[in-house]
Amino acid sequence: MIAFLIRRLLQGAMVMLAVAFIAFSMFRFVGDPVTNMLPQDATLEQRAELQERLGLNASLPVQFGNFVTNAVQGNFGVSYRNQRPVSDLIAERLPATLEMVFAAVVMSLVIGIPMGVYTALRRDSWLSHLFQALSLTGISVPTFVTGILLILVFSVWLNWLPSFGRGEVVELGWWSTGLLTVSGVKALIMPVITLSLFQITLIMRLVRAEMLEVLKTDYIRFARARGLTNRVVNFGHALRNTLMPVITITGLQIGALIAFAIITETVFQWPGMGLLFMQAVSFVDIPVMSAYLVMVSLIFVVINTIVDMLYFVVDPRLRVDTGQNKTGA
Amino acid sequence: MNNFDKKLAITLLATCVSAGSAQANTITWADTSDVYSMDPHGQAISPTLAFLHHIYEPLVRYNKDLEIEPALATGWEVIRPDLWRFSLREGVTFHNGNSFDADDVVASIKRATHQDSPIRGNLPAVSDVRKVDDNTVEIQLNGSYPLLLNDLTNVYILDKEWMTEHGTLNPVDPTQGDQSYSTTHTNGTGPFVLDTRRPDAETVLTVNDQWWDEAQHNLTRIEFTPIASDATRVSALLSGQIDMMLGVPLQDVSRLENAPGYRVLETSGLRTIMLALNQTPDSLHEGDLDSNPLRDQRVRKALYQSINMELIRDRLMRGKSRNTALPVAPAVPGYDASLDERFPYDPEAAQQLLAEAGYPNGFTVGLDCPNDRYVSDEEICQAIAAMWARVGIETRVNARNSSNHWQVALNGGSDIWMTGWATLPMLDSFSLLSQILSSPHDSYGAWNPGSYHNPEVDSLIEKIAVAQDEQERLAMISQAFELSQADIPMLPLHQQPLIWAANDNIQIPQTPDGKVRLWYTTVE
Repeated sequence: MIAFLIRRLLQGAMVMLAVAFIAFSMFRFVGDPVTNMLPQDATLEQRAELQERLGLNASLPVQFGNFVTNAVQGNFGVSYRNQRPVSDLIAERLPATLEMVFAAVVMSLVIGIPMGVYTALRRDSWLSHLFQALSLTGISVPTFVTGILLILVFSVWLNWLPSFGRGEVVELGWWSTGLLTVSGVKALIMPVITLSLFQITLIMRLVRAEMLEVLKTDYIRFARARGLTNRVVNFGHALRNTLMPVITITGLQIGALIAFAIITETVFQWPGMGLLFMQAVSFVDIPVMSAYLVMVSLIFVVINTIVDMLYFVVDPRLRVDTGQNKTGA
Repeated sequence: MNNFDKKLAITLLATCVSAGSAQANTITWADTSDVYSMDPHGQAISPTLAFLHHIYEPLVRYNKDLEIEPALATGWEVIRPDLWRFSLREGVTFHNGNSFDADDVVASIKRATHQDSPIRGNLPAVSDVRKVDDNTVEIQLNGSYPLLLNDLTNVYILDKEWMTEHGTLNPVDPTQGDQSYSTTHTNGTGPFVLDTRRPDAETVLTVNDQWWDEAQHNLTRIEFTPIASDATRVSALLSGQIDMMLGVPLQDVSRLENAPGYRVLETSGLRTIMLALNQTPDSLHEGDLDSNPLRDQRVRKALYQSINMELIRDRLMRGKSRNTALPVAPAVPGYDASLDERFPYDPEAAQQLLAEAGYPNGFTVGLDCPNDRYVSDEEICQAIAAMWARVGIETRVNARNSSNHWQVALNGGSDIWMTGWATLPMLDSFSLLSQILSSPHDSYGAWNPGSYHNPEVDSLIEKIAVAQDEQERLAMISQAFELSQADIPMLPLHQQPLIWAANDNIQIPQTPDGKVRLWYTTVE
């Protein structure tokens, strides 16, 4: 277990280094930040001078080396655009994004799993057909369209929910939360629906397919033969055995949700990391872009490691297998 | 734990304040992007400077008719062409209660013109500033310079004691990893006081009851929110969450005009959109010829005359743009109405000109455009490419985001490229003359990678730079425009519209510079 963890951490560090390097090579194609930072009538000397001060004239390996050296010490530089340390900016935006993403994950599980179970058990009921049809829509409509439609209906027509922002937030130490105020919760509803719509349908379809598989297996038939109630068979045995892929997918999707949050955050002006990143890209704010990409790769690495460790907890066979492999080698 | 308590207290306080003033006159408004920094000498970007003008003030300011009027200075005299003396307003206090005097002006201007100051370029002519007495300062210039007042409208005055106390007497240079107290805190003399700020979410100002000037507004609170998405911004206005928005998309104008309770404010902006022509390389980057046809004035005129600007205005710009023959807008000093007449749209004449120049079958050329910078930028380029194709010029349109666009264009990598010029922050024709119409040398011609060069225009520009007499200066500007117009160094297209929308009960002046001045705003 310890060896596995260390191996995983080393792999993670390599992944992050690679991401940082690829990100850095891409920055040559995002353009020149200098035009955004100077007034339009700046002279040629002023432009050249700023380029020099930003270190943009240095070669790619030198720029990358400086970045890694500073990043290892926890220093991601200062944003060109906001003129504040990037680590502060990210710490400020992280709670907004994470709150939205976790609310979306919880919602997709709470709605997706029961819908999946229902459609698997009552395959031919009209409600199942409705769920199936809805899930097709959920998968095919792009996020920004959902967002705009929700805004049109619930903000402009019905005037129930705010169309942008986070509402009022409460600061708990360095964490800012919108979950403790009415306006904060109201502001969370539409972004969470937008973000989780795809996940709900994904989880529902996954649970349904897995359930159908499991229900055909022998031990379910034996369980029924033993005279166990339907509830125990369906939920105690069948559902539990379908959860393995659900955990994997959910874990992987948390990373994807943080990435997809870029679109949702832009539509709802949600002050999270995705919005920060979008603005950094249009401004060519290199310190923010590089820190964000490294941050997201870190999140992916951490989540994947946790998911792998959850396997050990959930599935006893895995523990036995690795033990045998080790002695065999 | 201490920190936690403090933050909780601040939050509670902020909640109380917002609850307390809910009945008073609050205006909530949205722009497309956030104010970058609260440091008035941090970045020379127009929207940031315009927002900070509510908190900080300059020595002289623009009024709602875009005329320069006294602000923290009450008067000025030119002692020598290179030495100006300003008398300062008495009885002005900063938001923290400190009184305003000459020391603050000296410290602020020194900070703005410091070697490391990011806005040093906004005060190019200032070499020194001295205190004469508590209410008088002298500004020493490098030489004769007529635009000092224009420049000073963008340099805000901070409190010297406050800067000393918080260690921010020197400018903040983000490129060197600096940050400072002044990036997030303010202490100005302006009509509003910074209350709370959450970057990218909300910046709240409350009224300054101690303001030295007579208030022409009736606001008690300003809430500013950036909303990047156009559709969301319009929805926020229609659902009543905001009272005013900038940057109304063209396609939503008629919808907002027809919605009861809303008003659309429209004016022609300062920004002139042009196509710049690259005469530098011996052959075009995307051409099929060994020569550079853009060096021939007849070819440039043919390109000009084959663009149907009426069609672009009526179809693409929905009638909201103002076609122009001059590279500056009417509100810019130096604009001359007698020169503002376009060569007529005439594809046949254009074909004739091409034949005379030796290109009867046309040629191939690249047209580079930003796709996120100007109103309908990419669409305009597509339309122009189609119009040029009709006279035989095959045009390859390359649309990029603006950061990439400028990188290519300013390094001379484009054949023809779209550019826009608002003459801000200087707000004078000299800005355009010195950067676009002057040949590149010294501090001139930074935006002229196409190497347009007319010695007569160059020498006029150098005279304009130091002219003391305003009438004479304007006459020389007209002359420079007239001379360059005959050369056709670039193709002027139009001035972009500035479109805002607001609730019916809000009265706000809209100036062509696009700056929001809420100290002239009333809510009924």
